[in-house]
Amino acid sequence: MRMINMTYVNVKVKSQKAKPKLKTQNFKFYALPFLFFSFFLFPFYFIPIALADQTNTCMLCHQSLDGNLKVSVEEIKNDVHFKRGLSCVACHGGDSNKEDMAQAMDATKGFIARPARNDIPNFCARCHSNPDFMRAYNPNIPMDQLTKYNTSQHGKLNMQGDGKVAVCTSCHGFHGIRPKTDPLSKTYLTNIPKLCSSCHSDKEYMKPYNIATNQMEEYVQSVHGVALLIKGDRAAPACNSCHGSHDAILPRTSSVGNVCAQCHSLQRDLFIKSPHKTAHEKLNLPECEVCHGNHKILPAKDEMVGVESPAICLNCHDKNSAGYETAGLMRESLETLKTKINTANNLAQEANKLGMEVSDAEFEINEAHNSLTKARSYVHSFSATLVKDITRQGVDTANKACQQGLGAIKEFNFRRKGYLFSVVIILLIAGLLYLKIRELERRHSQDKP
Amino acid sequence: MFQFIIDKPAQWFKSRYKLDEFTHLITEKKVPVHKHSFWYYLGGTTLILFITQIITGILLLFYYKPTAERAFESVKFIMTKVEFGWLIRSIHSWSANLMVAAAFIHLFSVFFLRSYRRPRELTWVTGAFLFFLCLGFGFTGYLLPWNTLAFFATKVGTQIAGTVPFFGGYIRTILRGGEEVTDATLGRFFSFHVIILPLVTLALLGVHLFMVQIQGMSEPISQENKPNKKYIPFLPDFLLRDAVAWVLMLGLLTTLSVYFPWELGAKADPFASAPAGIKPEWYFMFMFQTLKFIPSKIFAFDGEVLGILAFGFAGFLMVMVPFWDIWARRNKSNWFITLMGIFAIIYIVTLTVLGYVLPAK
Repeated sequence: MRMINMTYVNVKVKSQKAKPKLKTQNFKFYALPFLFFSFFLFPFYFIPIALADQTNTCMLCHQSLDGNLKVSVEEIKNDVHFKRGLSCVACHGGDSNKEDMAQAMDATKGFIARPARNDIPNFCARCHSNPDFMRAYNPNIPMDQLTKYNTSQHGKLNMQGDGKVAVCTSCHGFHGIRPKTDPLSKTYLTNIPKLCSSCHSDKEYMKPYNIATNQMEEYVQSVHGVALLIKGDRAAPACNSCHGSHDAILPRTSSVGNVCAQCHSLQRDLFIKSPHKTAHEKLNLPECEVCHGNHKILPAKDEMVGVESPAICLNCHDKNSAGYETAGLMRESLETLKTKINTANNLAQEANKLGMEVSDAEFEINEAHNSLTKARSYVHSFSATLVKDITRQGVDTANKACQQGLGAIKEFNFRRKGYLFSVVIILLIAGLLYLKIRELERRHSQDKP
Repeated sequence: MFQFIIDKPAQWFKSRYKLDEFTHLITEKKVPVHKHSFWYYLGGTTLILFITQIITGILLLFYYKPTAERAFESVKFIMTKVEFGWLIRSIHSWSANLMVAAAFIHLFSVFFLRSYRRPRELTWVTGAFLFFLCLGFGFTGYLLPWNTLAFFATKVGTQIAGTVPFFGGYIRTILRGGEEVTDATLGRFFSFHVIILPLVTLALLGVHLFMVQIQGMSEPISQENKPNKKYIPFLPDFLLRDAVAWVLMLGLLTTLSVYFPWELGAKADPFASAPAGIKPEWYFMFMFQTLKFIPSKIFAFDGEVLGILAFGFAGFLMVMVPFWDIWARRNKSNWFITLMGIFAIIYIVTLTVLGYVLPAK
């Protein structure tokens, strides 16, 4: 609104300037403030005046209309297209300079009131898939959205004439489109789960597609959801991180591992080399998802491994099988290291409470923790030997920390004993000195006549 | 047998050098005995703590590395790896604090007893300067472990020194070795702490002790004209009593070092923001707290500058007290001087306590 008004101000200023009646002696009086304000208004001259080009008749009418025809100036002002100089006619065609409605919305001038819903992807792609056009505005954004969209589940259904499936405007909006880097944008990373769930959690809306609607409910409980939505960790994945955005599809069973590997590459590498890879392929199992789930991926715990409930290994591996034995051994290695770290920690804390310096022990404990983390990752190799090798290194490090903790406690006891000994010596010397003083005093009193 | 071991070398020296002129300062000296005699031992206590500082300081020098990169690690090494390093460092830190405390008490006891009066004016002046040197040792030594608290306290301390009118900027730059507290500051503080201040202190201490020995202990005004005054020989009687105080002080130092080992804290990070509640050492707290209380502007003058000038003036008055206390020159104790001393003590104690009690902003 302010921009529009400013443009009107400029117009007024221009019209004043055009008046030939200015007297020469008054010229400086008017010219100086004019030049001064012109200097500060200079940047605004570059604001695309497509919308407010003297008479943007589209805005003049549509801002005062009701219902679907109403256009909010506030929304338009923040629209990424408007900010880059593209106004109503850029999408809708017509002539925004004409006051006459018939002329302004003249179909011969390419006027399109509202594209058909199914046509929206093609409508947006007129520009967004045109590299030559896009380079003039923002060459950084991809230009293959339409191609990708057509491969997506949304795109496929759209091409089949589905009138409910997501099109560009479903996610990006229309008159108030903000870039995905804008936190107020619906496509901003932390807003994506909410955006997707606006359709996918709507049971009524999703009824014809016969798919689950509890994804969001599960996602918010997951380690990813907590990280992104509660902790604000923007490295955490949202829906599009796994499913894609314009090319959104349900990952195939065989590609689940690859999707997870975008972040969890070490685990994926270990898994590929493990016996589980072949087994999963044979049984057509979705790799990572089998143990960790999909939308409700909870923080991985050591209890997931092993031969006692709630270990998930038991879901597939029967007692006396090789997998059962490996699961038991891996868990045993992890528990041994954890116990050792715990012991070292207790000793270091005890020594610390006694006032001893234990930073070396703390360093070793930290190292042992690193080994534990590594061993937990190596569980994905499903090799008891590999996991044991790593935990053994951790146990050695934790043992060092235990020795240092014990040494500090021993040193503390030594100091206490040494202190008692020195106090005895000090008191003894003080006592002897006192006796000597008394003897001198006696001698002095005897010397006196 | 014991006497023989002492006598023989003594005779050997006496036969070659005229030592009598010096030894009689010890052997012939008499120390008055009266109800205020206790305060005589404070000087000796301060001295033994200074000697402890020298010995433990030299031992710490074997391992200490005076660079910003290695200072903290070297102190940590002393405390964790060097045999009895923890004890030496703790004793050094505790004896430094006890030395300042003993110097405070010694200074005030001499002040209240008017021992600075003629003919001991210069003994007082050298003593006052020794007290300032003591504070200088504390200020320079505090930074040497290069831990967070010391780093920021030094930053604040040198910043305050920088507000001294006319020369402040120069003083700050000289102390810091540049615009900021850096490795250069540590190097300077180190050489001040282990070379410059000890040399000046030893010279001044020598003069101070020499004057004490040739003039003897001052008798309080109230005792001067009493009949039947008692004296004890300096050697061995007084020295043995002094030795008891020294041995007990050693016991106190050991106890403090074992039960309250001096902490090292976290390594200083010059790029980190200052932690909340930065405080100087306790003996600077009353000045620090005063500067915090002073309004930033008093009329047209900068409050902090006025505060520093006031402390400078108070210090000057203290050094010059033998020359302006006209009553003491006539062997009289005036209530005004006593009141000033009491006020100074109350002020120092109150502001110090407030410095620790009031919440940090």
